[in-house]
Amino acid sequence: MIKFIFKGIIRDKSRSLLPVIVVALGVFLTVFMSGFLRGVFNDMTELNAKFTTGHVKILTRAYAENENQVPNDLALMDVKELISQLCIDYPDMEWVERIHTGGLLDVPDESGETREQGQAIGTAVDMLSPGTHELERMNIQKSLVKGSLPAKQGEALISDDFAERFGVTIGDDVTLFGSTMNGSMMFKTFVVSGTIRFGSTVLDRGAIFMDIRDAQMALDMDNAASEILGYFKSGTYDDLKAQQVQKSFNAKYSLEDDEFSPQMTRLVEQEGLGDYLTLAESMSSIMVFIFVIAMSIVLWNTGLLGGLRRYSEFGVRLALGEEKNHIYKTTIYEAILIGIIGSVIGTALGLGAAFYLQTHGWDISALLKNIGMMLPSVYRAKVTPDLFYIGFFPGVIATVLGSALAGFAIYKRKTAQLFHELEV
Amino acid sequence: MKRIIVLIASAIFLMSFAYPDANEILDKVDKNMSSKNRVFVSEMIIHGRRTIRTITSISYSVGDKQSFTEYLSPAREQGTKMLKLENQLWIYSPSTDRTIQISGHMLRQSVMGSDLSYEDMMDDRKLTEIYSAKITGNETIDGRNTYVLELIAKVDNATYHSQKIWVDTERFVPLKQEMFAKSGQLLKRTTLTDVKQVQGRWFPMSIVYKDVLKDGKGTEFRMTSVKFDQNIPDYIFTKAALKQ
Repeated sequence: MIKFIFKGIIRDKSRSLLPVIVVALGVFLTVFMSGFLRGVFNDMTELNAKFTTGHVKILTRAYAENENQVPNDLALMDVKELISQLCIDYPDMEWVERIHTGGLLDVPDESGETREQGQAIGTAVDMLSPGTHELERMNIQKSLVKGSLPAKQGEALISDDFAERFGVTIGDDVTLFGSTMNGSMMFKTFVVSGTIRFGSTVLDRGAIFMDIRDAQMALDMDNAASEILGYFKSGTYDDLKAQQVQKSFNAKYSLEDDEFSPQMTRLVEQEGLGDYLTLAESMSSIMVFIFVIAMSIVLWNTGLLGGLRRYSEFGVRLALGEEKNHIYKTTIYEAILIGIIGSVIGTALGLGAAFYLQTHGWDISALLKNIGMMLPSVYRAKVTPDLFYIGFFPGVIATVLGSALAGFAIYKRKTAQLFHELEV
Repeated sequence: MKRIIVLIASAIFLMSFAYPDANEILDKVDKNMSSKNRVFVSEMIIHGRRTIRTITSISYSVGDKQSFTEYLSPAREQGTKMLKLENQLWIYSPSTDRTIQISGHMLRQSVMGSDLSYEDMMDDRKLTEIYSAKITGNETIDGRNTYVLELIAKVDNATYHSQKIWVDTERFVPLKQEMFAKSGQLLKRTTLTDVKQVQGRWFPMSIVYKDVLKDGKGTEFRMTSVKFDQNIPDYIFTKAALKQ
């Protein structure tokens, strides 16, 4: 039976070509778009995780309340001891300290007076310790435009935009002016070792990246940090594990009556990323749903057209005594086979395109020049195991649904009129 | 009927003489608080959320255009100097031997973690130059009668759009001030106490500044020595003096 139907599909291409193309196209779009959107959401989440949120983040309770003001006077103390303990308690995570600061980045003239200056966002990470992963994590090496990474304390990287705007060259001095943890004036002069561009306007506008030890000295933050970030060594965020870590950490360290006690938050609890990830999860389902509805309507119409074209064929089969139910069943079997063929082709094409975009990415840096949000400049798709079947079942279901709806016309044929119709 | 009208008119007429003119009061305040020049040594006690710090400094100023401050202690701040000429501000850091001009949004930042901004420190203009005043009532503060004045900025570059100020009715020294943004949001509150007579004028020796948008108990500014009309050498108000 299946062999017979399959032969019919292969030999009568006018019966199968259009539905196969429609199904393949729909499945291709579903698979590719699901992979692409998942990749985009993943890139954006990881970008935030690497730069700001970590997979988990530890702040003092007081700092967390006003985090956007970067209140270093409320920063974490005794961070070395805390990180040592965290490494023992949670060995499958890597813990890093970071300092954020704001102020003026001042470019001196020959006499040491202000030549140029602009607002700056300072970020201090561990750049110089042997075996540090921070440079790799923040993609600093690849973001280097000119010069080199800081090789010793007192050297820093500044944004290429800032350097261009104010005529700063490699080896020049720049002074960061702001406030220390105690509120004193902070002046710290750095030698510019290189310039960087991340492709994100937020980071590129006036960023200065320095080693954490330099920042600790300049900001009177010895053994203190704005935040401690935790990353799963596997490299991917796992909310279930993060919840367990958070629960045990907060139970051990976070005290409600001590505003300076450390408090841990998960990635999904920060900066609206929870909603964002939920949206990412629902996006694929929404796409599949839309696909099934849209494809069903298209295939219904295709089935109707096919039904009209095969009007005489069904008439002859009915006149020869074939049961209406049998004819209906064979059209459904045909639809299943067409659905399978179309879905296989569509899935293969979708996976291929998603894999290509996963490898090569889509560089949109030119479009982000005036965007203030922190967005990745290269978008990549992400090929996950579910992409292998995400479009397959909807492809088959839509074809069957379309044929099933169109096939009802078979039951409207009156046997008494068949010979009269066939004469025509 | 005529009698009632006459009574009401008389009451209104008398009420208008119940308070002196608000701008006259403000002028008297300026005469106490402003001077040709002055030199003062002060302690700034900053009550942070974690620490309390005391910073001592000596300041020289001439009118509202020139001022020079040198921080004397603690060691972290010692030798840091600030120079204001007209509406420009420079800060010198001895540790980096750098002179940085402060401008833009940085002027609104806190000085040394205190409740004062650089703008607050720079704006030494007379109140009569910046604000139009009207009296809104009388109140008693710490046993002293005060006129309550409402000040509205009449210039575009005022640090605060409006102020409410409580002026001692006898000494013409403000005992309390509230500073507001254009939106009506209260931004800062100052309490002025320990009013003493210095060289024939009344002057508050202690001022507590409270930035109401900031946590903490505020910043106390105590004068340990105030001298008016001194001979201040001109070179003090030059950028060269910052590095000396």
